[in-house]
Amino acid sequence: MEFLLITLLNGVTYGLLLFMLSSGLTLIFSMMGILNFAHASFYMLGAYLAFQVGARLGFWPALLVAPLLVGALGAAVERLGVRKAHRFGHVAELLFTFGLSFLVEELVQLVWGKAAVDYRVPPSLDGAAFTLFRTSFPLYKGFMMAVSLAMLLGLYLAITRTRVGLVIRASLTRPEMVQALGHDVPRVFTLVFGSGAALAALAGVIAGNAYVTEPGMAAAMGPIVFVVVVVGGLGSLGGAFLASLLIGVLQTFMVASDFSVVDLARRLGLGVPDAPALARLSLTQLAPIMPYLLMVAVLIFRPRGLMGARET
Amino acid sequence: MSAPALKLSAVRKSFGRTPIIRGVDLEVPAGERHAIIGPNGAGKSTLFNLVSARFPVSSGRIELKGEEVTGRTPHEINRRGLCRSFQITNIFPHLSVFDNVRCAVLWPMGYRYSFWHRLSALRDARERAEEILERIGLAARRDTLAGVLSYAEQRALEIGVTVAGGADVILLDEPTAGMSRSESDEAVALVRRMTEGKTLVMVEHDMGVVFGLADRISVLVYGQIIATGTPAEIRANPAVQEAYLGKSVADA
Amino acid sequence: MSGVPPVLNRRRLLGFGGFLLVIAAAPLVVSHGYALSLFCQIGVMTVFALSYNMLLGQTGLLSFGHAVYFGMGALGTIHALNAVSAGARWFPVTLLPLAGGAAGLLLGLVLGAVTVRRAGTTFAMISLGIGEMVAASSLMFPAVFGGEGGVSGNRVTGQGWFGVTYGPQLQVYYLIAGWAFVATVAMYALTQTPLGRVANAVRDNPERAQFLGYNPQRVRFLMVALGGFFAGIAGGLSALNYEIVTAEALSAHTSGAVLLMAYVGGAGTFYGPILGAAIITVMQVVVAGITKAWPFYFGLFFLVIVLYAPGGVAGVLQLHLRARRAGMLRRLAPAYLAGAGPVALLVGGTVTLVELAYAVVNRVEEGTARLRLPGLVLDSRTAPPWIGAAAAVLVGALLLRVVWKRISGRWAEIHAALAAEGRS
Repeated sequence: MEFLLITLLNGVTYGLLLFMLSSGLTLIFSMMGILNFAHASFYMLGAYLAFQVGARLGFWPALLVAPLLVGALGAAVERLGVRKAHRFGHVAELLFTFGLSFLVEELVQLVWGKAAVDYRVPPSLDGAAFTLFRTSFPLYKGFMMAVSLAMLLGLYLAITRTRVGLVIRASLTRPEMVQALGHDVPRVFTLVFGSGAALAALAGVIAGNAYVTEPGMAAAMGPIVFVVVVVGGLGSLGGAFLASLLIGVLQTFMVASDFSVVDLARRLGLGVPDAPALARLSLTQLAPIMPYLLMVAVLIFRPRGLMGARET
Repeated sequence: MSAPALKLSAVRKSFGRTPIIRGVDLEVPAGERHAIIGPNGAGKSTLFNLVSARFPVSSGRIELKGEEVTGRTPHEINRRGLCRSFQITNIFPHLSVFDNVRCAVLWPMGYRYSFWHRLSALRDARERAEEILERIGLAARRDTLAGVLSYAEQRALEIGVTVAGGADVILLDEPTAGMSRSESDEAVALVRRMTEGKTLVMVEHDMGVVFGLADRISVLVYGQIIATGTPAEIRANPAVQEAYLGKSVADA
Repeated sequence: MSGVPPVLNRRRLLGFGGFLLVIAAAPLVVSHGYALSLFCQIGVMTVFALSYNMLLGQTGLLSFGHAVYFGMGALGTIHALNAVSAGARWFPVTLLPLAGGAAGLLLGLVLGAVTVRRAGTTFAMISLGIGEMVAASSLMFPAVFGGEGGVSGNRVTGQGWFGVTYGPQLQVYYLIAGWAFVATVAMYALTQTPLGRVANAVRDNPERAQFLGYNPQRVRFLMVALGGFFAGIAGGLSALNYEIVTAEALSAHTSGAVLLMAYVGGAGTFYGPILGAAIITVMQVVVAGITKAWPFYFGLFFLVIVLYAPGGVAGVLQLHLRARRAGMLRRLAPAYLAGAGPVALLVGGTVTLVELAYAVVNRVEEGTARLRLPGLVLDSRTAPPWIGAAAAVLVGALLLRVVWKRISGRWAEIHAALAAEGRS
């Protein structure tokens, strides 16, 4: 029971983190048609900048400064690069962000080295939030959850209560309509791209010290966030939210349980002396490919995604 | 009596809660030239999109040459002998003019997805494509990329690509859209030439074109057909005149 | 109107004859062992990049997971090789890449069915996910994938025929070159078939293709499967070349590399990916030997291509060939000459800046704070080199802006002249 609850909390924390990344990605993708390969790079930059700024000013200022810096960078990337690539179509835009992600990874290695940096949870947030029997839930995980939920609320208010939010919502389902609304579309694009980058960076700030801050973190996170967007359904923030939680919780449970088909058979009283390798794999071993298996299943049985508003 | 080339029964289409096509019944006998006219927003293009299966119908039934095709995919309907053109030019911009037409003839000639035939050795496909180019007046532009043709040339190619496959039911969506008077006259002559002996259904705004070309006309207003008849009958129909709000059809 | 044109016209004879001559003569001109292994790698990558372009250039499918076919082909070949070595089966080593092709084709048939529902950005995303899935599963089945260490084999089995044992690297080179030539001809031939042309049509306008009776999903599926076949052959060649296959072969990194080759070389032409494979392989080997910063230069080079030459190297080449045919290449010369200075400043300044930065970082590890250039030693701890390099970049960029106007003006004239000619 305690295992179940703690694992669930861990899973939700991870899922919310995924949503901080996938919300920005899905907004950018649905509105501008750009699959932003560099999205996870912004996440990584957030973590590294927080480490750097935090070393000078402490964690709390870094929590604010790092996302703002990365957000400005994201806006600049949209203005100076993506828009230029746009002349040559979506493939060029995508390849531009692909090249950018490559460059960012190299830059990070250049500045901070190839090994992980010592980015730590601040002392004020170190320790246990509560203890259930013998298992404790770290205070910092609780903090991550609080930040994610605050961001979720902020995003919800921004999208439902502001004029720009109205344009964004309209463009999710009918991208071609936005032009007709007579809004300054390029500026909205820059804003969305920059905000998406800032959100990704915020995720990096709060996750970099809970997990690990290293040059490979973007390449590890990127594909999973793409999967979240496909599983959730294009153009659907709700779908991205659902898929984030689903994948977060499912993967956390799989990592935490060392169980295989063979074990199941044993428990049912069946002896399996030489089971095939596939049956011997434990859930933990399967955890890394679970998101992709889920994606394939969704593609076959529900091509629009869980809550997709449109096919393309 | 043989089955009509095209038959629509109680066809409806809604986008979200908005009904666009509100129960259309239509029969086009084989060999007829049929025009669909109506004010802007009446649903003419939507009707075409339903017949060619670009959009699924909400309800109703569509028959092609006596065979139900409701719910089929566009390529299946094409293989049963219906081909359409588009109001906004819809060609293959990075292929040559010749290859645009050749692509249209490869499937019906049975070469399909073959990767064991050499294209340039397929004399029948080449001759058929060259004949079409000759007839649409683009033989001299054979090796030009279709994307750099002039507008009128692209429209001609659009018609060429549509009829090249030999489909016997042809749907043309505003073949003269955006053309000058003289260009339009040429386009009408082209349509007449290219659809000889076929069933033609066309959407058109230009009344001159419609009354000169069509055997029968249907008037679509707010998703319903309010009248069908010969050009003379349509001219004389008071409901039609009212629908066009004084913009008298009789003057055309 | 009548008569079938011959298979070998003058252009093809020149193109493929030249290609054959180059690959046959390359090891005779430069026979250094280092160069030979470089040529082998270029041969493998040529086939791989061409197979990638069957998707990107010909069918309009941007894949981020093409390495899975390459990796599967390599694995299929190495396992087949080991079965042959163990005497379990008899099969000539020369034809073993076919085993790789079969593995790639099989995987293409399976994965193609799931991935081709949609094209464009969605396909890109899905291909990435599928690629990650296959790469991640490779560590789960060590019996097939060899785990961390990979699967190794020995291409020398038995006595060989007429002294061909594939022991010496030169023999392996001719094996790869022979396969590369055959595969290239086969892939070119494919572009000249109904399927090849309809794939172009689906790339240009899938909707219209559908209204002409073609099923775009079926066309994409066939192209993915056939592309998998040729990628598998490339993988097989790489397995025979290195005699080892690791998880790297089917990783996202390899998928990215082949995308770079095809795009930088030029996806819009058939021969572009061949150029790309050669250029990037040489860069990887040669530039990496000179500077540690090569991935950075590589990224910059790629971004410049994406933003300023989306047709790749072949696209730029094609443009100049057209200008030359129109006899207008000479008009460009003065503008290009004027551009040479600013470009040199910009490139030189950028390189110096990057190298200085790398020197600063590596100082801690290796004690090399100084940047040694021929006849010049720059100390990264002092300000002047930094200021000088930054100034060079700035001045170069500003000057280039001015010259660029002149160059694009000339091109506008040439385009206008060419268009007028095409119309008459």
